[in-house]
Amino acid sequence: MTGRRGGRPLVPAYLSTGGVARPSRPHLERLSVLTGTGTPAPAGLPAAQLALLDALDDGSLTVVEAAALLRLPVSAVRVLAAELMDRDLVLARAPIPPAERFDPDLLKRVADGLRALKHT
Amino acid sequence: MAFAPSSTPSDTRARRTAGASEDIHLPATARDLVKILVAGPFGVGKTTLIDSVSEIRPLHTEEPLSEASARVDDLAGVRDKRTTTVAVDFGRISLPGGVVLYLFGTPGQERFRALWDDIAYGALGALVLVDGRRIDASFDVLGLVEETGLPYAVALNAFPDAPRHHTGEQLRAALDLAADTPMVTCDARDADSSFDALLALVQHLIDRHAPEGR
Repeated sequence: MTGRRGGRPLVPAYLSTGGVARPSRPHLERLSVLTGTGTPAPAGLPAAQLALLDALDDGSLTVVEAAALLRLPVSAVRVLAAELMDRDLVLARAPIPPAERFDPDLLKRVADGLRALKHT
Repeated sequence: MAFAPSSTPSDTRARRTAGASEDIHLPATARDLVKILVAGPFGVGKTTLIDSVSEIRPLHTEEPLSEASARVDDLAGVRDKRTTTVAVDFGRISLPGGVVLYLFGTPGQERFRALWDDIAYGALGALVLVDGRRIDASFDVLGLVEETGLPYAVALNAFPDAPRHHTGEQLRAALDLAADTPMVTCDARDADSSFDALLALVQHLIDRHAPEGR
């Protein structure tokens, strides 16, 4: 069995990245938090990058939320975000501070939080 | 009718902004972002459960499937065999204390393996939804969860016309669950019931980390 018939692009949205398939940064998770730096966008920024930057105008978004908002695959947003990070227009942070990744207290906070929402 | 229609909207839903232009930006208090997979076959109620508890109307991303996936497609719920994407729903719950919990509705078929691995990366665990009318539809999901090594709990979504002759033990045996895997019954349409199912999972996660008991 060989590749897909006709060589149709998997998702046209990939064109949004100008043909770049892999982000220039190692790993942006679905829940990595993207925040605009406030630096004015330079002239000539590709439209898709500009759209992502605009979406971050009013606050931070996770990668997956930005993807839903812009109707792009997560993989495309990873590429766009990495390009904006290279231009110092966007900052990304990990979903959880690395030190807390296996903190048992985190689970307890989740449980307490769910209980609080349920009982209010 | 087994379920009273909930006349009082849950707190979670009440906090949602009405109208089309919902603001989905993260609350400024958001600090720790965690995720739980809500896994199960098509039509088991994943999106319903997420909708019940999410503070935002559930969003979705269109995820490309791998070629290997696309080729074996005869899946119910995705009519067009040339379809090369699958929609993945997700919702969000901001908890007191800066924790934001994301719920990802994850289709659990082997052909979604690459997508599954990407979504499962860093997840706390999985809530596996089971439909009592077609238990075997959940076998794939359970296999995938166990392969991934994600801790999980099982929630039987109580569809009104589901057979009631199952005892808990029969169902556990049919699903081949380990003795310490929690199994609860829930109504995915009901926020409190869905919160309870999530709590059963999170309590299980806590217990695993504290083998000496609480």
